[in-house]
Amino acid sequence: MVHCRELRKTYEGKVEAVRGIDLTIYAGQCYGLLGPNGAGKTTTIEILEGLLDASSGTVEILGLNWRENAAELRELLGVSLQETRLSEKLTVRETLELFGGFYRNARPVEDVLDELALTEKADAWVGKLSGGQKQRLAIATALVGNPRVLFLDEPTTGLDPQSRRQVWDIVRRFQSEGGTVLLTTHYMDEAERLCDFISIIDHGKVIASGTPAELISGVGGHHRVEFALETEPAVAAEFWRTLPGVGGVLSEAGVTALTVEEPHLTIPALLTLVEQNGWRLNQLTTRQSSLEDVFVNLTGRRLRED
Amino acid sequence: MIDEPREIQAERRVRTVLVHGRWTGYRMLLMARLKEMFREPEVIFWIFLFPILLALGLGIAFRNKPAEAVRIVIVQQPGSERIAELLGHSPDLQTLRVAVQPPAQADLNFRLGKFDVELVPRGAGVEYVYDPARPESVLARSLADSALQAGAGSKPAVSTISRVNSEPGSRYIDFLIPGLLGMNLMGSGMWGIGFAIVEMRQRKLLKRYVATPMGRGDFLLALATSRLILMIAELGLVLGFGVVAFHMRVMGSWWAIVLVSCLGALSFAALGLLTASRAQKIETVSGIMNVVMMPMWIFSGIFFSYERFPAAVIPLIKLLPLTALNDMLRAIILEGSSLSSQGAPLAVICVWGGISFFCAVRFFRWT
Repeated sequence: MVHCRELRKTYEGKVEAVRGIDLTIYAGQCYGLLGPNGAGKTTTIEILEGLLDASSGTVEILGLNWRENAAELRELLGVSLQETRLSEKLTVRETLELFGGFYRNARPVEDVLDELALTEKADAWVGKLSGGQKQRLAIATALVGNPRVLFLDEPTTGLDPQSRRQVWDIVRRFQSEGGTVLLTTHYMDEAERLCDFISIIDHGKVIASGTPAELISGVGGHHRVEFALETEPAVAAEFWRTLPGVGGVLSEAGVTALTVEEPHLTIPALLTLVEQNGWRLNQLTTRQSSLEDVFVNLTGRRLRED
Repeated sequence: MIDEPREIQAERRVRTVLVHGRWTGYRMLLMARLKEMFREPEVIFWIFLFPILLALGLGIAFRNKPAEAVRIVIVQQPGSERIAELLGHSPDLQTLRVAVQPPAQADLNFRLGKFDVELVPRGAGVEYVYDPARPESVLARSLADSALQAGAGSKPAVSTISRVNSEPGSRYIDFLIPGLLGMNLMGSGMWGIGFAIVEMRQRKLLKRYVATPMGRGDFLLALATSRLILMIAELGLVLGFGVVAFHMRVMGSWWAIVLVSCLGALSFAALGLLTASRAQKIETVSGIMNVVMMPMWIFSGIFFSYERFPAAVIPLIKLLPLTALNDMLRAIILEGSSLSSQGAPLAVICVWGGISFFCAVRFFRWT
């Protein structure tokens, strides 16, 4: 469906923003590019959208490529860029009519308005919309062309939780009707809930890919046990691996995190170990592993450093 | 591979799909552009109200004033009635305002400028008190003198007739209106196109547009069309204002005027496109435009004739597009020239427009 091989992009001979990315997206999939800001997500998606030329590598979408079939491809794709500001003095309906007019086959504006819960705002100027409504309109301008593949660059950045959920519903609905989606995000929960398949990108390279479940089990377990001791013992991280069922160990700022498959075996053993050594626990929590943990495990950094 | 999409289409929920013709995108772009412009109050002001206010202001300031009355004061003493009576017989009576006042008051009022000349009876003759530094005083002295001489029965040595000529066509406002029209076509062409494009680029709207199947030619064509529609309105308003408010007479054909204005509008639109072809910020393009337009504001004969500049630079001035446009508009509107007599300025404006458009399209950055 969407294929790219060995994608590279160097800006003006300076920064190498994308350093060899391979992606394969199948029909009907919702594919996520997850990574921190500046990882090369936008550059990658804009190359796929035909807005940037790759320095090297190949792109094939629906069996077509940008060099020979650009006009046909544009008819088949729907695009929402990061932070496009649509004309503020046009109404929502006028904006959709304008974008629909670019496509040989477009969906009736009323249908799209209805589907994206914008009917009420149809005659309001774009400048008067809230952030969430503006974002829904941006996605609507992509959907009005009746696309087969939808590209969304950071579709929920800066939105409130309710608006984010509305955007997710729109994406799921498009997907349930047979559409294919590629989206970029730096929200792990978004990637985890929305995407069928994820590639984690860092410094212009794919550092891991798989379904959310695969990625998480790749960390060494679906659960995390995090604890802190009153006084930090002088033991290597490897020390904790002797506990039963521990798949990974990570120490950060006095807190030690263990990725485990079966917490009911690990925790009693941990408590015994602590008691034997005469240490005291300051904190003990357990939670489900997340994609954030996957990223931290792979890079030693957090996804969002804020 | 070509058949594969159809199969997948069939699996999807059946939904209504409109089929759009070749020109739908262009039509939508044009309508959106016009709506956006007319919803921007500043546009209405700068394009329509501003030139009219300017014409009105300058037209009033430089209007041909009715001949002003010459104010004469006669010092009240023996002989003053005779002088007043002689002045009363003057053929220029309607332009003379004559008063008789006691000496002290007459002196004071002359000094304060309430009278232009003071007449003091001296026996059978008259003494003129006037100020050679005040043109109206000099004029009043000579008018009073000729009135007195004529009243006393002296015959002119040379017989003369005077005929009044202040017909429309030769006044400052007649010179000004075509210049304002040209200036307006330049300004709205450059700002209208240049600003719109850079703003869209800055907002990433241009990039968003090229991510759709929008025809890039359609986009430029829609911009050009919106300029022409606005141009017709500007032309009608500015020239119509001159005709209605200042009784201007349009000597040449309206078709020639419309055609020349179209060429001017398109040419400056192309120049605007060129200045905006790569700029990423409004501030940048606004600077470039001022640099481009400044020489034309000064040299191209908007408010005064460029003949005032040294003869050596006039051929260069004539190569500026606004000079060509203003010259053509004045020739057609004021002199009734035909389009075919305007070969040189027509060529100048077409070359500017053509080269600008070619370069603009070549260097244009959509993203």
